[in-house]
Amino acid sequence: MTAATFDQDVAVEAVAGESEWRGVWRRLRRKKLAMISLALIVVIYGAGLFAPLVAPYGYRTQDLDRGLEGPSAEHWLGTDRLGRDMLSRTIYSARTTLIVTTAVVLSGSLIIGNTLGLLAGYRGGWVDSVVMRLGDIFSSLPALVMLILINATLGERVDSLVRSVEANTPLTGLVASGFSSYLLVFGALSLFFWVGAARIIRAQVLQLREQDFVMAAEALGARPRRVITRHLLPNVTFLIILSVSATLGGIAGSEIVLTWFGVGVQPPAASFGAMLFEGSGARTFQSHPHLLLVPGVVVTTLLFAFNLLGDGLNDAVRGR
Amino acid sequence: MGAYVIRRLLWLPVILLIVSFATFALARFGPGDPVTVAAGQIRDPEVLEQVRRERGLDGSLAEQYGRWLTSAVRGDFGESYTIYRGYTVTEVILPRMWVSAQLGFVALVVIFAVGIPLGLLAARLAGTWVDPAIIGTLLFLQAIPVLVLIPPLLWLLALQLQLVPVGGWDGLFEIWWVGGILAIPIPDPRLYVPLIAFTLPGFVGVARLVRISALEVNGLDYVRTARAKGLSEGVVQFRHVFPNSLLPLITVVGFALSGIIEGAFFVETLLGINGIGRLTFEAVTSRDYDIILATTVIFSAAFVLANLLADIAYGFVDPRVRVGASRG
Repeated sequence: MTAATFDQDVAVEAVAGESEWRGVWRRLRRKKLAMISLALIVVIYGAGLFAPLVAPYGYRTQDLDRGLEGPSAEHWLGTDRLGRDMLSRTIYSARTTLIVTTAVVLSGSLIIGNTLGLLAGYRGGWVDSVVMRLGDIFSSLPALVMLILINATLGERVDSLVRSVEANTPLTGLVASGFSSYLLVFGALSLFFWVGAARIIRAQVLQLREQDFVMAAEALGARPRRVITRHLLPNVTFLIILSVSATLGGIAGSEIVLTWFGVGVQPPAASFGAMLFEGSGARTFQSHPHLLLVPGVVVTTLLFAFNLLGDGLNDAVRGR
Repeated sequence: MGAYVIRRLLWLPVILLIVSFATFALARFGPGDPVTVAAGQIRDPEVLEQVRRERGLDGSLAEQYGRWLTSAVRGDFGESYTIYRGYTVTEVILPRMWVSAQLGFVALVVIFAVGIPLGLLAARLAGTWVDPAIIGTLLFLQAIPVLVLIPPLLWLLALQLQLVPVGGWDGLFEIWWVGGILAIPIPDPRLYVPLIAFTLPGFVGVARLVRISALEVNGLDYVRTARAKGLSEGVVQFRHVFPNSLLPLITVVGFALSGIIEGAFFVETLLGINGIGRLTFEAVTSRDYDIILATTVIFSAAFVLANLLADIAYGFVDPRVRVGASRG
């Protein structure tokens, strides 16, 4: 969980454009490990995306007579304590990871991180100072402790908020879907996962700002908004991709840890964190190893794949 | 550089103020008013009022925080609310900090003691299959979450091989008395599982850095000269390559340390080690407000200092960072 350990001097001299995209893709395609990782991520995320179609059972379908069974023809990966199909739970857990990582990347890295990074780099002055100091503060906090604290204390608040929203508006099914715990997890994570993106983008914009094409645009009378969206944003696209790929593992891992501690996604929703918790303990592992191994192998694969893909992308963007 | 360090150090109190206020406010936001938590089962309004006054829970949020802060500055962090009723926070926390600090220190030493030789070996064998195998394995080990790692590790070492106890903590060393006179300290077997859990994710950072800088040093003129004048490969490696590859390492000390600090949370909780990570977890789950506050502040301080250490080390090795720092 070191979203803040990006070095500022990692700034990349990448210029975006149609051919640049193809170049990066061509270089990435040559990297076997990165491509295998990409394929694994696509498989896991794809299974999550189409969970209702792919999963043989529902994630909360119980069969109490057949709890804690090992792999069999009906249950390929066995069943858990409540007789729920482990394969289906795993697929729905991938769905939770998919939802949380996508939401946090969109809100935290992309919206908050990019906007603040672009603003700080382009505007400079007090805007820059405020954004960077804010980033310093957030990266100085022990994120995990704060996340657990936030989720543990605000859980019921958010819950009652969602309840009142459901009672007073035509929206239905929010409470039943466990929406409030997702909302809390993704809100809290977004608070901590914008800093890396903002820092990298600011550093790059600081350099771009001095370049001729930006000055030319300004001299022609382009407003800051236009300079940022038309001239700066396209030139930091690859950096944005890099920063996102670097935070994915952290975001996915944080959700798992929060749920493991019981303050993340709430049961009966499926999460790798909940599955790992059910399988933890040396005695449990001795008698029912599949409880831990099934989610453990998938989670490790996913996190490892995120790392390798991130490394590969990094090289590909730098022209290696 | 001096001014930079001082400016960064001046940040510490600011960050601690923000952290403590945020934690303070969060505690008052959540369900379970601190007063009712402190009063336990009692709901008599008079008692509640008395508890409120004794605990400094009357007045506005700002007043309450002000009172907490003034006594905290004097070293009084209040009293435990639930888990350790009757003990002051300082009494509860100090022994826990000592446990965590010992374990963290040993973990840090092991990360470097194992990571450095592995990195040198990988650099030495660059171009063969061994190099990517070492780095790949270490990368993989880094990707295994502690939550996944610990149960199989305990099963293997404690239940199958019976090498270590299932958990707990009893100091770093066990003393073997030989003939009732000679005391030989040996590492306590309880140490192994937490050490493995702490260090496995950390090796790759150290090994990769050592590998890269050793590869650079290997290509330098004076190393070629050393080889040319007929020194054996061992002497070249240990006298010339090794010492000169180590400088960049001080930059990872801070990162490794912040990793250990965050890791303490899971490792201690999972293995029943009475350190500060486990205490924080217990305090959060049982709403022991003053302990939560104190541990959060301590965690943040340790975290800030670890990051500062990393930055200072970085500035020391790479002067460009200092220029960058004056800009940001």
